[in-house]
Amino acid sequence: MTLEFFIGHINYWLFIVLMMTGFYIVVACGNLVKKVVGLNIFQVAVFMLYISISKVTGGTAPIFPIDRMGKIKADPEIVYSNPLPHVLILTAIVVGIATTSLALALIVRIREAYNTIEEDDILEIDARTARAENIIHGEAMGGRA
Amino acid sequence: MDTNTLIFLALLLPVLAMFGNMAFARQDNLRDGFTFVCAILTFGAVLGVLGNLGNSTSEEITLLEMLPGLQIALQVEPLGLMFALVASGLWIVTHIYGLGYMRGNKEKHHARFFACFSVAISAAIGIAFSANLLTLFLFYEVLTVSTYPLVAHKGTPEAIRGARTYLGVLIGTSIALFLTAIIWTYTLAGTLDFVPGGILQGKVEGLLVPILLGLFAFGIGKAALMPFHRWLPAAMVAPTPVSALLHAVAVVKAGVFTMLKVGVYTFGIDFLADTGASDWLMWIAAYTILASSIVAYQQDNLKRRLAYSTVSQLSYVTLGLALATQMGVMGGALQIAMHAMGKITLFMCAGAIYVATHKSNISEMKGLGRSMPFTYIAFLIGALSIIGLPPLGGSWSKWLLMVGAADADHKIMIGVLMASSLLSLSYLLPVVAQGFFSSSPANPYNGIKEAPAFCYIPPVFTAIGCVILFLYAGTLVEFLTPMLGVPQ
Amino acid sequence: MATASETPHIALTLRDHLPILQVLIPLCVAPLIVLLGGRRMAWGLAFLASALSLVVSFLLMMQVMDGSFISYHLGGWAPPVGIEYRIDAANAFVLFLISLTATLVVPFALRSVADEIPARSHTLFYACFTLVLTGLLGVVATGDAFNVFVFLEISSLSTYVLVSQGLYRDKRALSAAYDYLIMGTIGATFFVIGIGFLYMTTGTLNMADMAERLVGQGDNRTVQAAFAFIVVGMGLKVAIYPLHLWLPAAYNYAPSAVTVFLAATSTKAAVYVLLRFMFSVFQPEFVFDTNLLLWILAPFALLAMFAASLIAVFQTNFKRMLAYSSIAQIGYMLLGISLFSVTGLSATMVHLFNHGITKAALFMAVGALVLRSGNTFYDRIEGMGRVMPLTGAAVVLGGLSLIGVPGTAGFISKWVLVQAAFEADLWWIALLIVASSLLAVIYMWRVIEVLYLHTPHPEAIHKEAPLSMVIPMWIAAGACVWFGIDTSLTMGAANTAAIGLMGGTDGMALTPTVGGLLGNGH
Repeated sequence: MTLEFFIGHINYWLFIVLMMTGFYIVVACGNLVKKVVGLNIFQVAVFMLYISISKVTGGTAPIFPIDRMGKIKADPEIVYSNPLPHVLILTAIVVGIATTSLALALIVRIREAYNTIEEDDILEIDARTARAENIIHGEAMGGRA
Repeated sequence: MDTNTLIFLALLLPVLAMFGNMAFARQDNLRDGFTFVCAILTFGAVLGVLGNLGNSTSEEITLLEMLPGLQIALQVEPLGLMFALVASGLWIVTHIYGLGYMRGNKEKHHARFFACFSVAISAAIGIAFSANLLTLFLFYEVLTVSTYPLVAHKGTPEAIRGARTYLGVLIGTSIALFLTAIIWTYTLAGTLDFVPGGILQGKVEGLLVPILLGLFAFGIGKAALMPFHRWLPAAMVAPTPVSALLHAVAVVKAGVFTMLKVGVYTFGIDFLADTGASDWLMWIAAYTILASSIVAYQQDNLKRRLAYSTVSQLSYVTLGLALATQMGVMGGALQIAMHAMGKITLFMCAGAIYVATHKSNISEMKGLGRSMPFTYIAFLIGALSIIGLPPLGGSWSKWLLMVGAADADHKIMIGVLMASSLLSLSYLLPVVAQGFFSSSPANPYNGIKEAPAFCYIPPVFTAIGCVILFLYAGTLVEFLTPMLGVPQ
Repeated sequence: MATASETPHIALTLRDHLPILQVLIPLCVAPLIVLLGGRRMAWGLAFLASALSLVVSFLLMMQVMDGSFISYHLGGWAPPVGIEYRIDAANAFVLFLISLTATLVVPFALRSVADEIPARSHTLFYACFTLVLTGLLGVVATGDAFNVFVFLEISSLSTYVLVSQGLYRDKRALSAAYDYLIMGTIGATFFVIGIGFLYMTTGTLNMADMAERLVGQGDNRTVQAAFAFIVVGMGLKVAIYPLHLWLPAAYNYAPSAVTVFLAATSTKAAVYVLLRFMFSVFQPEFVFDTNLLLWILAPFALLAMFAASLIAVFQTNFKRMLAYSSIAQIGYMLLGISLFSVTGLSATMVHLFNHGITKAALFMAVGALVLRSGNTFYDRIEGMGRVMPLTGAAVVLGGLSLIGVPGTAGFISKWVLVQAAFEADLWWIALLIVASSLLAVIYMWRVIEVLYLHTPHPEAIHKEAPLSMVIPMWIAAGACVWFGIDTSLTMGAANTAAIGLMGGTDGMALTPTVGGLLGNGH
């Protein structure tokens, strides 16, 4: 692997680093809010990937000049970047925001119900509830649960 | 009436009886009378089919196409017609007996009981009239599911356990093995129709033939081939009418009937004989015959003893098929009718004894014969037919099986059959002997004390039936001959 | 039809607009519900939306049953520039399943939701429900890869909300919804990465166009990576065995009506997307020859069939048991895919539908039991079959279909699947399929024994469920029997769909001319 290859693909390397960082946070962090932060980093990494691939070397913003009649007067000399990924990512950002706000809303409700937002504590409480259920409902069915 | 209408009537009248039972759940006499009328009409419809067709084969009636190229279809041929006659005819007798038993024994949930019973009969007739394996399998499973509530009828933990074994073994074998075998056959032959001479000739060869036959033989759990026989003794927790009709006639005979159908119309006897694919099955059947006879000998509970005896007798049919000779198959087919008549007699007697004295263990039945002479004489006749002594029906099927074994050059099977007869002699006759000739302080003789008339008259009828079958066995053989595909 | 790409797209009649109406109706109804606000009104509008969707999907299915397809250009922009909605037998069939289930669930929800969710949330509940419907229909109808992602997220986000509504009965619904959200988002993001890679390679987002440009790109690393991301991403939504962790909790703690809808549709829509990408966008040969997918998918499918069934056997809660059974059944669908034949794909497609209606019937029965018994732990529903005869009988029918007893829909799927295994000469897989259905016998029969062979719990309400629940339940249960006996609709559609899918890129672009392997059922 040459240095040139490395630098030529710099956007991909950054994407991978960012994505794995986010993913790691989602998996490793016990705090529900931090998980959401990780999820955001994870998603933003993908946004970056899309945006970076739309860049055409030497290209400018894809805004076509319009003449007085309202007709597009594109100059074939000018190189434009690809606008489509930007549009896609606008949608994806909206989806990302919706996800984040929904997740945060859920966390608020979890805090009200469990009085904690640490995953370990929640699992512990859930496990305790399940054990209690097993004792009530499992024994009636012959001790299995 | 034309044949098709009669076939539909035979299938649908029991279903009508089920609805009648549900509708008149609370009016006992109306409900039972209605079912009785349905039973008679069903038998009449099957007789009508017999009158119209004789021993020719009817046209195929396609009901609907379940999967592309796979129809649910009905067709009447001699073997199926005989099975339908046995099932519907004995339904009448058992219904009368069931009334006496259920009322005399103060069982609960009569409506549910007789409704499920009717569905089971309809399923048995459906099996008899199936035109292909798919249709047969459909009714086969209906029969399993509809008899489950009958086995679990009492609702006691013991009944639930028994019913669980019953369902587990029957559904398990049928779905795991039987269904696999059917789909495999379909993939190989491209059809599932019952064709004289079989459909597999040239489609499969080598070791695959015995493997496919094995999937069928063990998959048809209702034929109670060891080691898949456990459901039958387990099902003995059911009320005796169920044991009598279903576990001596409809369900188990549906099993061996399916076995014969598969052997004759899917594989073809000649194909089996040429490839020798059924040799191993013969040994399994022989083992089942002897082993379960020995187990039967050790049982003290009368119904369980009869159940193991059934396991043994069912394998006669499987043995007949496995011999792959015409005589063997004919003997197997006869055995369906002969054993049905004999075994239903025995079960009804066992039930009558239970209703009259609430005793179910043989050791407690000493000296009962003198107070219940009709029951015991009927039992004796049934037992002699099962053992295979002339002048009773059972002797013919055994005779033909032995001829079949000689034809197939498996002389040792003749020995197996004779040993089995001796064993059944030794586990059935002591019941009668004890009844008449021993005495026990628990059963003092206080004059004749039979069970209610509804309980002891039906077995007397079927016992007479055993004698009649002996006399008309020749007619029956002639009737069944087209099954073998030889010109008459 | 095929001429659409050559002439300017002029849609004149309402019939031409059916593909977009399929998605548009529920999409417009959802905000309407919120704006109008009334509780009764919300229910009525949701029902109207799903009933109209059902009509639309039925009309669509009738148009494409012969193996043709409809291409609808959004806003008159021709593909590949504009977004295209493309309806063929495969997705019309899934659209029908989704809208049918929705139409059954909404009447069912009337009493169930009133029982399980406080009145103030009802309006929003139905709005979310309609959005889920929109999303699922959109995912299935669209022919644009990025559009799939957008609709997927519309349905997923609303689903998370619906699952969390179980919190009024059990607070664990919240953590279940949160877990589902995290895993679902990761899955969707993986999917987007995959689409990004495909876009990098092909420069298009139209699935048909993409498929054409991918021909011969089997050795391209980017394409291979895209494939991996898409399969894993959708695998999370499908709940393929090791990726199923969100499913049991989400199904178990969601309100009953939501579980019915989720179990019958959401994983099914995801299976459809998986199929669409594997077979239509990528070449089937690429997927199977290059990557030996059979040996990757089949073990997971078999593992699901056995492990999840085994877990189901040991459950003491009916609802949770059914959730594990769902994971096992997804294994069957996956197995059908991995067998890589028209028959195998037919099995997947037909099982998708049959399992959908079976699980709908069973989960509706669960809802009815919850209404009367409070929960579905086995000791609470003991003997309820006796006091709720209709519900009990529906459980028996659904259970028989789950086991695959002949005469029920489940039997048909099992038959076709086993047949596919035999055709592929994989007889040991055939044996494993039937062996795993024995586990279904055990776990279903435990429930049936509990329902019938005990005396009813004294604290339960000894009364049949209201008609608004029993009727949808029995329509679903009746469908289990109907589609087990008359299979011309299901097998016909599944077979046409399978032929189309196996046609690969051709199946995406042309009207297939190959006759049906199983005969055409129309």
